[in-house]
Amino acid sequence: MKEPVNTPSLTDRVLGWGTFLAVTVALYLVFMWVPNEKIQGPVSKIIYFHIASAWLAFFAFFVVMVCSIIYLKTKDLKWDIISYASAEIGVLFTTIVLVTGPIWGRASWNAWWTWDHRLTTTLILWFIYIAYLMIRSSFNEEEKKARFSAVFGIIGFIDVPIVWMSIRWWRTIHPNIVSSGGFAMDPSMVQTLLVSLGAFTLLYFYLLRKGILIQKMRSEFELLKQELGTGR
Amino acid sequence: MIRAVGLTKTIGRKEILRGIDIDIPSGQFVTVFGPNGAGKSTLLKTLALISRPTKGEIFIDSMDTRKNTDSLRQKIGVISHNTFLYENLTARENLEFYGRMYRVKDLKNRIFDVVSQVGLDFSINDPVRTFSRGMQQRLAIARAILHDPAVLYLDEPYTGLDPHAIQILNDVLSQLNLQKRTVFLITHNFEEGIMMSDRVLFVVRGKIVYDGGRDALEKNDLRSLYLDKVKGAA
Amino acid sequence: MHMLTGIRAIVQKDLAAEFRTRELLSSMLVFAVLTIIVFVFAFDPTKAVIRQVFPGMVWVCFIFAAVLGLNRSFVSEKTNDCITGLILCPVDRSVIYFGKLTANFIYVTIVEIVTLPLFAVLFNYKIPLQAVPALVLVIFLGTLGFTAVGTFLAALSSNARSSEVLLPVILFPVTVPVVLGAVQATAAILSGALTAEWVSWVKILGAFDAVFLVVPFVLFEYVLDM
Repeated sequence: MKEPVNTPSLTDRVLGWGTFLAVTVALYLVFMWVPNEKIQGPVSKIIYFHIASAWLAFFAFFVVMVCSIIYLKTKDLKWDIISYASAEIGVLFTTIVLVTGPIWGRASWNAWWTWDHRLTTTLILWFIYIAYLMIRSSFNEEEKKARFSAVFGIIGFIDVPIVWMSIRWWRTIHPNIVSSGGFAMDPSMVQTLLVSLGAFTLLYFYLLRKGILIQKMRSEFELLKQELGTGR
Repeated sequence: MIRAVGLTKTIGRKEILRGIDIDIPSGQFVTVFGPNGAGKSTLLKTLALISRPTKGEIFIDSMDTRKNTDSLRQKIGVISHNTFLYENLTARENLEFYGRMYRVKDLKNRIFDVVSQVGLDFSINDPVRTFSRGMQQRLAIARAILHDPAVLYLDEPYTGLDPHAIQILNDVLSQLNLQKRTVFLITHNFEEGIMMSDRVLFVVRGKIVYDGGRDALEKNDLRSLYLDKVKGAA
Repeated sequence: MHMLTGIRAIVQKDLAAEFRTRELLSSMLVFAVLTIIVFVFAFDPTKAVIRQVFPGMVWVCFIFAAVLGLNRSFVSEKTNDCITGLILCPVDRSVIYFGKLTANFIYVTIVEIVTLPLFAVLFNYKIPLQAVPALVLVIFLGTLGFTAVGTFLAALSSNARSSEVLLPVILFPVTVPVVLGAVQATAAILSGALTAEWVSWVKILGAFDAVFLVVPFVLFEYVLDM
């Protein structure tokens, strides 16, 4: 087990440079290449980050559920570490969605927050995974921490479609004064968005590997502390 | 009766059980000694199907406990220092509840039997909260044998018992012994532990360091042997 | 069927213990009534706005009282380590879940039966008689959904260090569809809207209930395993 964990492997290096390249290309496309949306102007560029973050967060939470199921089946802490790292990334990018959403909304609807169904669902999603992180911090024993958060990771994700359905139905009976639809997508904008989604997906895997690494170092540190403690 | 193969239990990064193999034939009275934190209670909990081992298999009557877990629980009774009794219910209500969970036949008479066995006939309709510690522990004994388990696990049952309760517990145990029930007893008490025992185990640091028939042992030897083994393994 | 015997045994055990002390029910009831009084102070009961916020107030009151009960549900099994006694029982793990769920459901229903008329009286709110069957259906489905998830998460959080604080924080986000559906459906029914307007809320409530009554069959054993 004592191979050093802090030298990046080939995969890590390829992934790191790949992510760097993809993000650079995406940034170039967003700020230099793609034309502004006709009505909204420069602020419309935020959607390339807003939508990509939303996609990344959703994907991250999906990974949490899958790894939680595998953890409960195998009881291998490796999967718990992946769940945890993924949930943290998911919460981070849900926060980005919740920050960029109002900025965009302010510019296009003249209101910071509207109870738009997408934004509201994201907010609930954020709370669900904050709850996930709180469960983790409420247990000291690693096995319990892993087991209970895995159970919640599954339940939380099952809940998402129902939350989405109920909130969408709620908004259809109480429609917004300002409509959130009607965004004319130019083909070049679609292409930019796709590149941006790709870049964020790479970024996700890069961050995930980093998160797992940090987690492993942390538990190795705990182990060392324990060994020193019992040695005395 | 009970066979465990390669039991390990890791909690977090701590290995509580480190590969335990054990085979207890039906009707055997096994006593387990070991220092605090050696994993005795964890061993009992895994064998009693309260918690699952990290690795390893447990068989009850040669049936894999990972399947049919729920029906195999029917064969198990547990007495621990916790009584598993509801304080706001009466003794009778407690036994009725557990009797129904275990599908005990002819429950009313069975409750009378076990209650008189532990000498609580006159308190059967009193709430458990009014019982003394000794009475609660006696009721816990009645609760554990209510469904006539094939194997009885005891986790330090002697702690906090008055001499009368100890006498009752020993009577119950010797009767179970006569009925060829399997008994698995964890204790620090050499005197009581060795009395009915057929076999003695020492558990130290999650491993069985001694496993022997009681015939070979005298009471005084036991103590020195124990100290020897504990020192050797630690 | 043995499952039902087991569930009934757990429910009777819980109710017998509860009706002897009435610790839980009385605090749930007092808390619910206090919530009403806070609402009376917060919203002037003579104003017309009451008609609009009434369903929301009712459900906030129900849900707060329910959390109070749910919090005790498994923590009370820790006394004398009774939870281990339950785990030892030769029944499917879902029996323990459904037994606890039924007991919790009964407590919350009792609170609702007492507080709803009180709400109507104190806010001088007339509940139309023909709305009652639909209202009962919605309250049933809403309470079932909330206590179904609540019982499950209460079992989970009872193992934590500060379980009373943890439970509401993890329970409320997950039960958003129930709260939303129940409040909206209640509002539509009370305002005498057409059936079509609240029936889709009933469907969402039904779907939520179905999902979270099935999930524990698979997952509850992981919550109980010690």
